[in-house]
Amino acid sequence: MSKNKKFWLTLLSAVICLIHILPFYILITTAFKADDDLSSKWEFPGYWYLDNFINAWNQADLASAFRNNIIVTAVSVALIVLVGSIAAYPLARRQTSWNKFIYALFVSALIVPPLTILVPLYKYMVDIGGMNTYWGIILLHVTFNLPMTIFLYTGFISTIPRELDEASMIDGAGRFTLFYRIILPLLKPITATVIIFTGVAVWNDYQFSVFFLQKPELRTFTVALASFFGSYSNEIGWVAAGSLIGALPMVVTYLFLQRYFISGLSSGAVKG
Amino acid sequence: MQASHAQPVNKGYFRKLVHSGALLNLLYLPALILFIIFIFYPFLKGIQISFTNWDGYNQNYKWIGFSNYARMLGDPDMTTVIKNTVIYGVGSTVFQNVIGLLYALFLNTSIRTRGFVRTVIYLPVIVSALIMGYIWYFFFQYDGGAINDILLLFKDQPANLLGDPKINVWIITFVNTYQYLGIAMVLFLAGLQSIPKDYYEAATIDGAGPLSRFFRVTWPLLAPSFTVSMVLNLIGGLKLFDVIVAMTNSGPGYASASLSSMMYLLYFGREDAGYASTIGVLMFVMISVVSITALILLRRREVAS
Repeated sequence: MSKNKKFWLTLLSAVICLIHILPFYILITTAFKADDDLSSKWEFPGYWYLDNFINAWNQADLASAFRNNIIVTAVSVALIVLVGSIAAYPLARRQTSWNKFIYALFVSALIVPPLTILVPLYKYMVDIGGMNTYWGIILLHVTFNLPMTIFLYTGFISTIPRELDEASMIDGAGRFTLFYRIILPLLKPITATVIIFTGVAVWNDYQFSVFFLQKPELRTFTVALASFFGSYSNEIGWVAAGSLIGALPMVVTYLFLQRYFISGLSSGAVKG
Repeated sequence: MQASHAQPVNKGYFRKLVHSGALLNLLYLPALILFIIFIFYPFLKGIQISFTNWDGYNQNYKWIGFSNYARMLGDPDMTTVIKNTVIYGVGSTVFQNVIGLLYALFLNTSIRTRGFVRTVIYLPVIVSALIMGYIWYFFFQYDGGAINDILLLFKDQPANLLGDPKINVWIITFVNTYQYLGIAMVLFLAGLQSIPKDYYEAATIDGAGPLSRFFRVTWPLLAPSFTVSMVLNLIGGLKLFDVIVAMTNSGPGYASASLSSMMYLLYFGREDAGYASTIGVLMFVMISVVSITALILLRRREVAS
């Protein structure tokens, strides 16, 4: 590439980055400005005003929101990995017409958004006492993340040679031992992808949480922020500070694990 | 796998079962049970509720036949809401794929900054859609919004961008595009990197210019990326919810509502669960028809090329 062309391409990438970073810049200036500061959001504060963070933390009770988020996300993701990986094995290896039908049933749920059945789901959760409980929301997260998980695991297991199964069965391993000893350890890379994707989805969820976790002490941070926005709509600084706190854990995780985020998405989707 | 055929019956049914591996099907039972309890059953129940006048709380409600469906056909808000939903779905899909493809082509060149640019563009995917809505609210808000600060340099009145029904739908589409652009970009990058370099070399030797190389080689071979990206974006846009709640709360009135945010207001704001369920059924039909049609058409293109 000529030096001149290189310069323009670098300049172009700088402009693209600036445009994409801009919203986060505005979020930061808004969060750090005092409520009587009427200067433009484009202007950097020039002082460090932390009251927005303190107020957001205390008023929206973000401490307990974070605890709820951690509990719900950790348990959901663990169950998603467990239930999803074991379900994928027979679906990938025993392709009877019945199993093909079951697989199609699971994957078709990818197309159907959970929101379309929110009303009956709500009624149903009231009936079984799952409203405002950890187990209620966790089971919902697990169920609605299973289609993607089963899709990813089944695709991945299909790429593991069958000869491996046959060889170890000749050595006398039962099918369950085989799954546990041979297949499961091979699933590590796809499990990393599943953990990242479902973890982000559950952590950031708003639609389920706002319906099924309405008790203040069970709120996750998205629900806490939303309630906050409604009742203190003038306190833009608080909402900005709360949003910044809420977005930070995922952003930091992403910066450390971005290689897995991106390779998981591209290998899982395009080659499948 | 099919060893079971050879087994004599007297060896015992159970043993035959174990040998054939049919017992393995037990492994998907937990997933299947969850699926039936939390998706399949509520889905059927939802269809049933759409034929009632249930308010969402009271246990006394009655079967009212197709009244909700008739009401939906005559509902003046429905035209707006369906139009919005289509704009969110189709608009986001077009923008995300066009810009995502341009970014991918740009980042597929050997510039040094590409890793950094990719990180920055993909970053919003990780942030909660609700928070993304709030972040952009700071841009477009009436009083002290970042955009209005610029507009005020030229005008003496701020513009009520989020309150204007002609504009707010497009602002929301834009925010959704900004947030999920990174997914389209990554899918296209993966597609581009799987195209063998020899194809381009062969095309160049045959005298193809950059444009004809793009349309003869890149475009057809990117078909699988397109299929995945288009269908994901379509489903994502058609079910848009969080961003709308954060930016306009469907308002003014239902001016920026999607089917899902309208459903939410009907259930929680207006205690109209029967009707909300009818809209859920419509949304289900709409999203499955659109995405399955898109999937079939795009897959056919893949095979043809």
